Amino acid sequence: MEIKKELPEIFESFAEARRNGFIAAKNFKEQNKPMVGTFCTFMPQELPLAMGAAVVSLCATSDETIGEAERDLPRNLCPLIKSSYGFGKTDKCPYFYFSDLVVGETTCDGKKKMYEYMGEFKPVHVMQLPNSPVGTDSLTLWKNEIVRLKEVLEQQFDVTITEAQLKHAINLKNRERQALKNFYALGKLNPPAISGADLLKVLYGSTFKFDREASIEEINALTAKITAEYEAGKQLESKPRILITGCPIGGVTEKVVKAIEENGGMVVFYENCMGAKHVEDLVDESESDLYLALAEKYLKIGCSCMSPNPHRFELLNRVVDEYAVDGVVDVLLQACHTYAVETLAVKRFINGEKGIPYMSVETDYSTADIGQLNTRMAAFVEML
Amino acid sequence: MLTIGIDSGSTTTKGVLYDGHTLLKQILVPTSHKPKVVMQEVYEHLLHGHAEESVYTVTTGYGRELLPAAHKKVTEITCHGKGAAYLGATVGADIGVVIDIGGQDSKVVLLDTYGNITDFLMNDKCAAGTGRFVEVIMRQLKEDVAFLDQYVAGSLPVKISSMCTVFAESEVIGLLADNVRGGAIAHGILNAISDRTANFAKKLPLEREVFFSGGLAQSEVVRKLLEDKLGHRVVTHPLAQFTGAIGAALIGHQKKWR
Ligand code: SF4
Ligand code: SF4
Repeated sequence: MEIKKELPEIFESFAEARRNGFIAAKNFKEQNKPMVGTFCTFMPQELPLAMGAAVVSLCATSDETIGEAERDLPRNLCPLIKSSYGFGKTDKCPYFYFSDLVVGETTCDGKKKMYEYMGEFKPVHVMQLPNSPVGTDSLTLWKNEIVRLKEVLEQQFDVTITEAQLKHAINLKNRERQALKNFYALGKLNPPAISGADLLKVLYGSTFKFDREASIEEINALTAKITAEYEAGKQLESKPRILITGCPIGGVTEKVVKAIEENGGMVVFYENCMGAKHVEDLVDESESDLYLALAEKYLKIGCSCMSPNPHRFELLNRVVDEYAVDGVVDVLLQACHTYAVETLAVKRFINGEKGIPYMSVETDYSTADIGQLNTRMAAFVEML
Repeated sequence: MLTIGIDSGSTTTKGVLYDGHTLLKQILVPTSHKPKVVMQEVYEHLLHGHAEESVYTVTTGYGRELLPAAHKKVTEITCHGKGAAYLGATVGADIGVVIDIGGQDSKVVLLDTYGNITDFLMNDKCAAGTGRFVEVIMRQLKEDVAFLDQYVAGSLPVKISSMCTVFAESEVIGLLADNVRGGAIAHGILNAISDRTANFAKKLPLEREVFFSGGLAQSEVVRKLLEDKLGHRVVTHPLAQFTGAIGAALIGHQKKWR
C-alpha cells in the first residue's frame, strides 16, 4: 500500500490550528511511517504500534461536518458517528485524511453500519466484536479477530509483525496506561490538585500523539509537576466531587464539564472512553500467548454495546469509593440507544448500592442546550 | 431580618418579601421580552419602604443571573423544592414530590422528610407538556387562560393525539372544523398534558403527597386530573405560582442565619 503524504486540496482554507495539525501529520508521514485511524477503544493499538505506525483517534467532537454527514446518514443518529463520518468525507480532519487504514469494530449499530459507507472512500477494516464479554466463545472469536487484524496489517503494509515487536508494543502501551492512570489518580486528591476540565484536556490530547515514548514522558513529567506544586501548597478549593460516565466526551461536549465546574462542582474522574474505561486494565505481560493476553484485556472494556456489561459496574463500584465521589453524572449523546437504555441500571446501582445521587443528561454537538445544562448541573450540585 | 426571593420565569416574574415568619408582600408581573428590567422593578417594589433595613436577596429561574443586587442565585429546582415543602406544610400536607408545570418547562422534584431535594427530572426540550402548550391552544380558541376551569366545565375531554404544540394546533383546527366544542377541546388538552406529566413523574419513585406548582396549578381541573392519574393526593396553594420565589426567600433566610 502506498503511504499517503500529500496535503488535501482544501488545506489552504483552514485556520491555523488545523493547518498545524495537517503539517504535523504530514511530517510524520514523510518518515515513511503508516498511520492507522481508530474509533473505538476496542482496537488493539499494540498491533499497529508494533509495526511502527502511529495510531490516532478519529472520534470527532464538533458539529462542523454534521450537515455534510446527513446527506448520507439519518438525522436521528448519534452526533459522534455523524461528525466523524463527516470529517472523513470532507478531508477536514488531518488524522482521518492521513490515515492509511481505518479500523472499526462492530460496536453499536450506528457505527458498524456507518463503516459500510466509509469504506467507499477510505480503506476500512472492521473487526467483528462479540456482543458479550462472557464465555470462551466470545474470547475465542475476539482472539481470532485480533490475529486477523495482524494479517490484514501485514498484508496491507507489506510487513511482518513479529512476536518480539508485539511484546515490545504491549510493554509500551502498558507503560502509557500506567502513566495515564498515575495522572488521573491526581483526581483522588482532596482538596483537588487539578480541575476536571484540565484532566480532560490532557486525556483527550493523549489520543493524538504520534510518538508514544515522548507522550509517556510528557504525561509523567506533568504528573510530577502537579504533585510537586500540590505539595508546595498549590491546592484548589474542595467542592462536591463528581464522576462522569456514559458516552465519550471532549471538544464541544466539554460543555457538560464546564456546566458542572462553573456551578460549584468538581469533576474528579472520567469513567468513559475519554478516560479510564480502556486504561484501567493492563495487558497481562506474563501470558505467553500474546494474542490471548490482548483478547482478554480488550474484552474487559465496559462499553454499553456489551450485553451483559458487568465491567462498567465493576469499575464504577471501585472508583466511586477510591475517588470519594459525591455524585455521578451520566452523559448521553442524543440517539445513543445502548447508553440510554443502560442509564436505568447505572441509576439503580449508584442510588441503591453506592447510596449517592445520580443524574443523566442528554446532549449533542450543538451549543443550544448550554443554559439547560447549567440549570441541571447547578441543581444537581445544590442537591449534594 | 428581611429576605427577598425573586423567580424570573419565562412567562412571569414573581417576587416575595419574607421576614423569617410571614410573607409580607408578593408581586407577579409578566416577564415579556425584558426580563432584566422586570426583575429590577420587582426588586424595587419589594424593597419599597424597607430600604433602611438589611435585606438579603436570592434570585432563581431562567433570569437568575440578571439582578445585580442579588446576593445569591439558586436554581429553580432547589427553590421549588423548598417552597413546596413550606407551602405544603401550611395546608397540613406531607410533601414528598413537587410537580411544577411552568411556562417553558416542567419539572418533578423529590423531597426527603426534611424538605431536601433527593432527585429531579426536567423536561425543557420542547413546549409539549408545558404551560406554553395550553396557552397556545387557548389563544387559538380565543379564550382567556384565567378562566380555564369555567371554560371546560361540563364537557368531556376529546382525545388529542399529538403532544407536539405545532401538530396539536393543526389537530385543533381539524376538530373545530368538525364542530367539536371548544370546551371539549381545551379539556382534551388538559387531559393530555396531565397524562404526559404524570407519566414523566412516574419515572421517579413517588412517595407521600404531591405539591403542584406553576401557573397551571391555578386550575382545579388539572389538579384533579393529576391526582387521578398519579394515584397520590395532589395539593396546591393559592400562592402556588410563588413557590420558586418563596423557596428563594427561605434559602436566603437560612443563609443569613448561618
Ligand atoms: S463507548 Fe463503546 S462504542 Fe462508544 S467509543 Fe467507547 S468503545 Fe466505542
Ligand atoms: S455514543 Fe453511543 S451511539 Fe454514539 S458511537 Fe458511542 S455507542 Fe455508538
